[in-house]
Amino acid sequence: MGAGHAHALHVHGHSPVHRLAPEAKVAAAFSFVAAVALTPPEAVWAFAVDAAALIGVIRVAGLSPRFVASRASVVLPFIAFAAFIPFIGTGEQVTVLGMSLSAEGLVAARTIVFKAVMGATTSVVLAATTEVPAIMTGLSRLRVPAIITTIATFMIRYLEVLAGELSRMRTAMTARGHNPKWLWQAKPIANGAGALFIRSYERGERVHAAMLSRGFTGEMPALGHRRAEARDWLTALILPSVSFSLLVVALVIT
Amino acid sequence: MHAPDGFLTAGTAVATGAISSGALGVALRRGRQTLADRQIPLAGIAAAFIFAAQMFNFPVVAGTTGHLLGGALAAILLGPSMGAVVVSIVVLVQALGFADGGLTALGYNVLNMAIVTAFGGYGVFVLARKVMPRNAGGVVAASGLAALASVVLSSMAFSLEWLFGASAPVPFDTVFGAMVGVHVLIGIGEAVLTAMAVGAVLAARPDLVHGAKDLSRAQLREGPKVSTRAFVLGGLLVTVLMATVVSQFAAGDPDGLESVATDTGFADTGQDHAFSGGLFADYATNGIGNEQVSLAVAGAAGVALTLAVGGGVMAAVRAGRKDPDPVVRPSEPERAEA
Repeated sequence: MGAGHAHALHVHGHSPVHRLAPEAKVAAAFSFVAAVALTPPEAVWAFAVDAAALIGVIRVAGLSPRFVASRASVVLPFIAFAAFIPFIGTGEQVTVLGMSLSAEGLVAARTIVFKAVMGATTSVVLAATTEVPAIMTGLSRLRVPAIITTIATFMIRYLEVLAGELSRMRTAMTARGHNPKWLWQAKPIANGAGALFIRSYERGERVHAAMLSRGFTGEMPALGHRRAEARDWLTALILPSVSFSLLVVALVIT
Repeated sequence: MHAPDGFLTAGTAVATGAISSGALGVALRRGRQTLADRQIPLAGIAAAFIFAAQMFNFPVVAGTTGHLLGGALAAILLGPSMGAVVVSIVVLVQALGFADGGLTALGYNVLNMAIVTAFGGYGVFVLARKVMPRNAGGVVAASGLAALASVVLSSMAFSLEWLFGASAPVPFDTVFGAMVGVHVLIGIGEAVLTAMAVGAVLAARPDLVHGAKDLSRAQLREGPKVSTRAFVLGGLLVTVLMATVVSQFAAGDPDGLESVATDTGFADTGQDHAFSGGLFADYATNGIGNEQVSLAVAGAAGVALTLAVGGGVMAAVRAGRKDPDPVVRPSEPERAEA
């Protein structure tokens, strides 16, 4: 949904969060979000502490709150959906400002919005402090099959190239007076998509031939991302350990 | 469609994660012989293409724009297995590098946006090819149908997951009606763009269209050209038919909601279940009032999904047996006449 994804979110920096080994950071992000997602809806205090911990990480990473908030806004369409839940939800009804709303729906909407925002914010922090190739190295060190991470690395490498080609095609079309308003005027755009596919495919063949001539054996040489040491793991696990302790406490007392 | 974290229950996230990993494993193994070496740069650049295709904003109505989703397009151009792998990787990178879609939501996001669209779309494509004429026009029309179906199937998959793992007390039929209704509309744009994009590739490099590999040059040339306007009108007709069928289900019992709402005694007992997170937690509460309708819709949606996705997987496996190298062909300037 929404607009395209022209640029990755990475923000150059040297904070302790930036310096962590990628596999530790990826594992920490996943487990933190998993614990938040599992937290029962009644435990509002747990959500508040989770949010505070995440804000702490944003401060340590030296990211501007405005940047994080604007990038986390990709969840807005789902927040819009969540806003409907109290109106269409079933169960006990309460009256707010003269409207009859579902009490259960209100709690559910609050929880969905919170978890979605927390998840998106965590992803933004991960992506802002870790370059995408490093994330892929981290994933492969976390036993994600190499074929997936290698294809993804390639994809990232050529994304900018194809996005550039796409924008040049657009410029050319606009320069020739292309300004469609209706769906049945979309033919040139579809032709452009077809042309981009053919160009991409042929580029793939050329790249492969070039790689073979330079001794490609089917495996990519490892990129020089630092491996996680015990200290990385200990630092990275601070955040998920907060959310997991809150989860355990919330489950015990509710 | 990029669902955020916590949108469905943990059980659903884990279950869909397992299904997605399994399907991805099958797709990877199917493509293993071709992926081994030369496919890696190709698959990577194809993934970048799908990613870029999602930046293709096309006009919809009065200047508003939508963008391609690309699941069916990937499956038709690259074959269902490669298509599923490539779109899964796009979804993965969007979640990790672009904060688009939750990390713990990857299971259902990959399932809905990559596995279901690629295999389901290809299943419909294969079925449609059987009734369409064996020429370029037939392939283009089948591509449009497959693209429309892929988007609708994807929204049906989401609704089914909602039935098992809802995070809010919204009944299944409401979600199903809204999701499928909206996605039928999104599917029109997807269908038109996919069909025309496949048509453009067919015209220039027919050897690159996996879904048209069985056609010879002569077959591709013959047959009447379908005009864009006729195509859009035909697509609209199909869509209106689908929307009618869907709305039968969706608006079947409008006062069902109200009756549940006033029935607070029942709802109170249901409250604990709604948040208990079990697989069938919401079955009872959601179904009140129109349980039959819910179950019928769920059943029909499930059957349609299974048929289409299963058909796509079968087509992938069969194509693989006939042709050990289904995806990559050296760029032959002239295909052998069949």
